[in-house]
Amino acid sequence: MPDSTLVGLHHEEEHHPELLHHFADAEQQRDASSLGMWVFLATEVMFFGGLFCAYLIYRRWYFGDFAAASKTINMGLGATNTAVLICSSLTVVLAVWAAQTARRTLLIVSLVVTMLLGLAFLGIKGIEYTDKFEEHHVPGASFSFNNVPIPGRPGEYANPRHAQIFFSLYFVMTGLHALHMIIGLGVFTWLLYTAWKGRFTPEWHTPVEIGGLYWHFVDIVWIYLFPLLYLIDRHP
Amino acid sequence: MEIAIPQSPVAERENYLNAKYGVWSWLLTTDHKRIALLYLLSITFFFFIGGFFALLIRLELLTPAGDLVQADTYNKLFTMHGMVMIFFFLIPSIPATLGNFLVPMMIGAKDLAFPRINLLSWYLYIIGGVMMLHCMLTGGVDTGWTFYAPFSTNFTNTKIVEAGLAIFVAGFSSILTGLNFVVTIHRMRCPGMTWSRLPLFIWAHYATSIIQLLGTPVVAVTIVLVAAERALHLGIFDPKLGGDPVLFQHLFWFYSHPAVYIMILPSMGVITEIIACFSRKRIFGYHFVAFSSIAIAVFGFLVWAHHMFVAGISVYSALVFSFLSYAVALPSAIKVFNWTATLYKGSIHYDAPMLYAFGFLGLFTIGGLTGLFLSALGINVHVTDTYFVVAHFHYIMVGGAVMGYLGGMHFWWPKISGRLYPEGWARLAALIVFIGFNLTFFPQFLLGYMGMPRRYYDYSHMPEFQVLNVLSTAGATVLGVGYLLPMVYFLWSMRYGKPASDNPWNAAGLEWKTASPPPTFNFDEEPVVTWEAYNYEELDAPPHTQEVPVAR
Amino acid sequence: MSAHSTSSPLKMYFAVWIALLAGTGLTVYAATLDLAPYNAAVALGIATIKATLVALFFMHVWHASEKLTKLVVIAALFFLLLLLGLTMSDYATRLWS
Repeated sequence: MPDSTLVGLHHEEEHHPELLHHFADAEQQRDASSLGMWVFLATEVMFFGGLFCAYLIYRRWYFGDFAAASKTINMGLGATNTAVLICSSLTVVLAVWAAQTARRTLLIVSLVVTMLLGLAFLGIKGIEYTDKFEEHHVPGASFSFNNVPIPGRPGEYANPRHAQIFFSLYFVMTGLHALHMIIGLGVFTWLLYTAWKGRFTPEWHTPVEIGGLYWHFVDIVWIYLFPLLYLIDRHP
Repeated sequence: MEIAIPQSPVAERENYLNAKYGVWSWLLTTDHKRIALLYLLSITFFFFIGGFFALLIRLELLTPAGDLVQADTYNKLFTMHGMVMIFFFLIPSIPATLGNFLVPMMIGAKDLAFPRINLLSWYLYIIGGVMMLHCMLTGGVDTGWTFYAPFSTNFTNTKIVEAGLAIFVAGFSSILTGLNFVVTIHRMRCPGMTWSRLPLFIWAHYATSIIQLLGTPVVAVTIVLVAAERALHLGIFDPKLGGDPVLFQHLFWFYSHPAVYIMILPSMGVITEIIACFSRKRIFGYHFVAFSSIAIAVFGFLVWAHHMFVAGISVYSALVFSFLSYAVALPSAIKVFNWTATLYKGSIHYDAPMLYAFGFLGLFTIGGLTGLFLSALGINVHVTDTYFVVAHFHYIMVGGAVMGYLGGMHFWWPKISGRLYPEGWARLAALIVFIGFNLTFFPQFLLGYMGMPRRYYDYSHMPEFQVLNVLSTAGATVLGVGYLLPMVYFLWSMRYGKPASDNPWNAAGLEWKTASPPPTFNFDEEPVVTWEAYNYEELDAPPHTQEVPVAR
Repeated sequence: MSAHSTSSPLKMYFAVWIALLAGTGLTVYAATLDLAPYNAAVALGIATIKATLVALFFMHVWHASEKLTKLVVIAALFFLLLLLGLTMSDYATRLWS
């Protein structure tokens, strides 16, 4: 909270150009923005949480069918995407550090690399979705999942209806995640533009910090999606 | 008790209403007070839409036969009544109007933490509202406001996706309002405004915001799943695929139960302020009331499956949820005790806000106690999906939340508009609302207990229910008159009402230390708080002494 | 705003990055082993460690100057676990009777 002895005097202090009028000082503005982003991420936890809830229940009910379905999605691509996002989280923290230490070039390079990695993630996802489409694993009228063996249970075949539930959850969960990535790319486009204009300084680079928080959150969601969707049963 | 100032001939002092003119100065405003008024207009509009559907429902139920509308139409009527009233009236009502207006002022801030997000919140609400209106005008939805799967996902041919998206967008509005309040209350309190000095209205809105933030996303993703199931044939709740419709109910009620606490907590905050002011006493048990608000918010997330006792959940799970549902009544009971203790030996003034508060106390208590009946598994099985449940939730949402909303509108009307409403008419309206309300909904407890199912348009196999239904419809008409009266005299007062002083009620709270209506940035100088909340002894002690220089 | 020296965060960031990549490799490898019924627990355990590393060090929760940040994180996790746990309690006990 602002010091009471400075009540009414803040107009006379140096007014940072990025300070919004209703805040008493830059520190209050930064603390408010940061808290706002953290609270928003809490809502996102609950948003994805509903999907994880549905997933966990059906996985428990139809474990064998889910394992069979999981084996048909490309673990290599999924693992690559995990590594891509982890690298992008590194470049994000480098961007924040660059902003903190007035390294404009590093900031811009980090933001660009982050975005390229994000695009790579989406591209790989596109390949995966195309594969699923061609294999008729997209739920709906043309879904088919016949004679797929259940891992670890020789002679048993997956129930296509239950497998369809797996794929429904797969598409909704990864689709929603990809949507968040796209939004993240939009945010980072703005960050890149603003960094290019030279507006970020060690005193004020809040958008980079809170944009980074959002990106890390999207990474954390994938960190859970990958083992849950891709690694149910990969015993050879 | 109100102090009126004779109209002076000097030029009107600049305040938030006259600071700028023109439609765009309102539609692009970031002033939380103007946004509050934008919300006020919008939610009043939707209140009347929802009320219109209620009127048609009650007209149909005047006679046992289904003779006013067809069955499908009736399904749409109660669905649209519920969806509009819950998502477009009750959930935003107090937080978006009184909350938006008062939260910054009560904590001594110039605005909310994120004024532009506040405006975005209103636009999202409007977009959602327009989508819902369009949906209703082009056929509407017939699933009940609870849009259970698999009827909503597989069988109905009404506009689920559109209604769902409308609610999704409005839900985002709710989330952003909650986010704004939480950050504002944490970060923007003026010097000296410690947590223990906050008005309990603020504690109530803080607790409400927690629920909005953590619950709404779950119903949002549920709506996404339902829309995906309908539009893209991605089946998650489809029994043909082995899906579980009860899972839909879990995800739906995880939000929709805490949602009822979103609807009642702000009203409790209003009532606390009114009771303190019109008993001229500080609230008894301030910390108990403050922490009970947080307790309601947290406990409220633990009880959702009490809406599903007959849906097929496990008996052991039902036992746990039944027990927890009893527990959630405790913090509310604590509040009722503290309000009552505040009234005891207080100097009671029966102005209109206080009449609404008294109404709230009685009706909320009845509604809450009948909730305990419903928490008992044995009774629940008997009265589920009957009018007993309908009466229970209307006692809380209308007898509780709407009474609190009206009481708050009266209490803060001088601050919002700079005018006094006509007290005589206001007391009459409060009385009409109270009588109309009880006549409408008390018979419904009896009807439900006797076995009349809800959502039925034809009860001709039980014609003995007609008398109570006629009473209920008559009551609804009286209630409607009671709601119309304030619309009329509030509007009248904006032009012809007596100008209000800064603090016509001599009430405690920072919002009363600035002008009525307030200037755009709320205070001429940032306040510094050195006194405790509800310092009515000091306010009433003659002569008045001003402790710190504050806004004039 | 950071009171730390500017070089030490870099070492920490790269260390966490390596740990995250190693964790990914480990979880892929563990999925190929037959650890039933612990495969899921191992996978989720590794995922939780990775997520915790990202939150604590990349999102700076470890060095957060405000306790409030940590409270928000804990609150979000608490309510998520509530959703998952209480819902599961229905499904887990349905067959008991």
